[in-house]
This record gives sequence, C-alpha cells and structure tokens, in this order.
Amino acid sequence: MNEGGTGRAPWRRPGNSRPGTAMNVMINGVSCDLPAGATVARAVQELTSSGAGVAVAVNDEVVRRGAWQSTTLSEHDRVEVLTAVQGG
Amino acid sequence: MADHGAGPAAGHDIHRSGATSAPGDDLDRTGAHPAPGHDLDEAGDALVIAGEKFTSRLIMGTGGAPSLDVLDQALAASATEITTVAMRRLDPAARGSVLDVLRGRGVKVLPNTAGCFTAGEAVLTARLAREALGTDWVKLEVINDERTLLPDPIETFDAAERLVADGFVVLPYIGDDPALARRLEQAGCAAVMPLGSPIGSGLGIRNPHNIELIVEAAAVPVILDAGIGTASDAALAMELGCDAVLLASAVTRAQRPGLMASAMREAVLAGRMARLAGRIPRRRYAEASSPAIEPRAR
Repeated sequence: MNEGGTGRAPWRRPGNSRPGTAMNVMINGVSCDLPAGATVARAVQELTSSGAGVAVAVNDEVVRRGAWQSTTLSEHDRVEVLTAVQGG
Repeated sequence: MADHGAGPAAGHDIHRSGATSAPGDDLDRTGAHPAPGHDLDEAGDALVIAGEKFTSRLIMGTGGAPSLDVLDQALAASATEITTVAMRRLDPAARGSVLDVLRGRGVKVLPNTAGCFTAGEAVLTARLAREALGTDWVKLEVINDERTLLPDPIETFDAAERLVADGFVVLPYIGDDPALARRLEQAGCAAVMPLGSPIGSGLGIRNPHNIELIVEAAAVPVILDAGIGTASDAALAMELGCDAVLLASAVTRAQRPGLMASAMREAVLAGRMARLAGRIPRRRYAEASSPAIEPRAR
C-alpha cells in the first residue's frame, strides 16, 4: 500500500470524510478510502505498481487497461484486481 | 517446447526431453531406435485445437506444485506445450509469478475459470483472463459443489454459449456425458474436456465406455481432464481415442514430480501409438500364437 498505507491519513479515519474529498470503494474485498474522483489506475496502485499480467473489473464489468487512467470510480464501487496463479 | 531438431533420430524417438528436464527426472535409456515408419512421427501427428498445432498431447495444470522450481522442472520433463492457470485476486505479498515460469518455458498459457459456480462468474473470469493474459482461449470450468468439484452442466452450457458468442476459444470441462459433449460441440466449443473422475482424486477413468462414446461422436478434440492418478490412466485415455490428456495433481503431488512428468509424457505417447496401431480385439478364449502341433508328427 502507498499513500497513507498506515491507515492514519486523515481521509482514512471513519467519519472524517467530507463530501467531495474522499470516497470509499472496495478493492479486492477490502474497504479503501480514495480521493474523490480517483481513477481505476489509482486503485490498482494500491496493490501493484506494475500492472503487468493484471486485469480489472469494476462492479463486474471489465475495464480495459487502456481505460484505467480515464475511468473514474464512484462511492461504493467494487474493484477487483486479478492475476494468474497456479491452478488447474 | 521439446527440441525435435536434435539428434539423428528426430521424429523417430520418444526420448525427447533429456536436454531440458532436470537430472534424475527422466530415465537414462540408450538403445536401438526403431526402424523408420515404426515409430510415431510426432510432427506429422499434430494435435490441432482451433487451428493451432501442438506436438505434445499432454496438457499440464500448474496447481498443487510445492514450489515454482518444482513446477518448472516438471513442465520441462513433461514436454507440455499448453499449461493452465487460474485467475485470483492479486496478492501484493505473493513472491514469484507462475506466468514468469510459463513464459520462460515458452508454453501456451490456458486460463481456466476454476472456482466459479455460475455462468456469470465464469464469463467475467474469462473476460478478465483475456485482458490479463492476452488470450481468448479459456478452459471453462463451472463447478456444482465444493466437495466433489463436479462440473455443473447447466451453468457450463450457458457460459459456453455466451463465451463463444463473445469470440472465445472455449474448452469446457464436463462430466463424462456424451450428450452434453455433443451439445457443447454444436454450440461452437473448440474441444470438449470430459473428466475421468473427480479433480485431484487420482481415481483414473471410471467410465471408459462413455469416454469412447464421446470420442466416437466428436469432431472436435476430446481432452481427458481430471482424475488421472498414474501413467496407466493417461495411457488408457489415449488408447480410448482421446486426443490429449490434461493433468496436474498426478504430477505436482507425486513424490517425485519431475519423474512422474516424464512418465506421463511417455504414457501419453505410448497410448497414442497404441491407438493408432490398432489393438487386437478382446476374445473370450485363447488364440494360440504358436503353430498348432500336427497330429501325425507326434
């Protein structure tokens, strides 16, 4: 985690968020506060800096890699960041 | 990829992977090579799925390996050209990537939809896999319950139709059901993958007759998937006429994964050759293989 990954950043404190300054989204099932208007790319950065071999769905719809920078998230969006693991 | 260019007996030798497998992962055999025409010309016996050709008829899963190193050695020994992976939430703490291992081996990555219970989940997982891995191939796997991991035919068929319409090359994992196999082929699937027995059970092929019925009717490749326990199971699958075998646990959870991978490679080849050679019919009573003794000579 970067940018306030300690959980002590002011906008991470429950009840401290003002409209227009922060929003809560779920990233891989974990509640996460991001600045209002944060993009999919910003959400992915919470988990990985490279993004190689990674795919993203927001509310069960795939967001193509080319659209990560231009797609903004909304309050309560569910972001899933997946990659390939051993299996099958 | 196996190196088929090396050695004077290329294409006429089944000892293929000595150059790539780890020491101790293969038997050291030296001996006479069969006469030309009496061994499988593997290059001329390609497995073709959706227009793509493969020399190896052994597809490896990557699940169950104790480490990526062990997996890498097993993949080398198996000489596989297609290998499955699952899609899961990215774990920032994870070290090493199975994708790096597969790309290092030059094998085709086949994502699966393992863990999905509904058509909707499977379609989304396939789309995410396409985005993450840059392939429109998918091993469609929709299970019905955690205990048996048996495939759900209704959800699988629903997902297959949607994925075919979305341009995917769909390889569905199914029960040993000839009717469902036919329906999935008609729906546009590129292959069908009937199970031998439940995933990871090592129970082998429980209904060889149904597998034969599927093979008889299918115009797309039939890939025996799940349940392989040891080499004879893989050979049987090929003898029954399957076009390929997919296995994972039998190798990755063996005491010596690399050596078992070599055994599976040989078993698939042996079964394929036996199928092409044409086995003798089963008889109820003996048929002497030595000339009968003429009564007057006694």
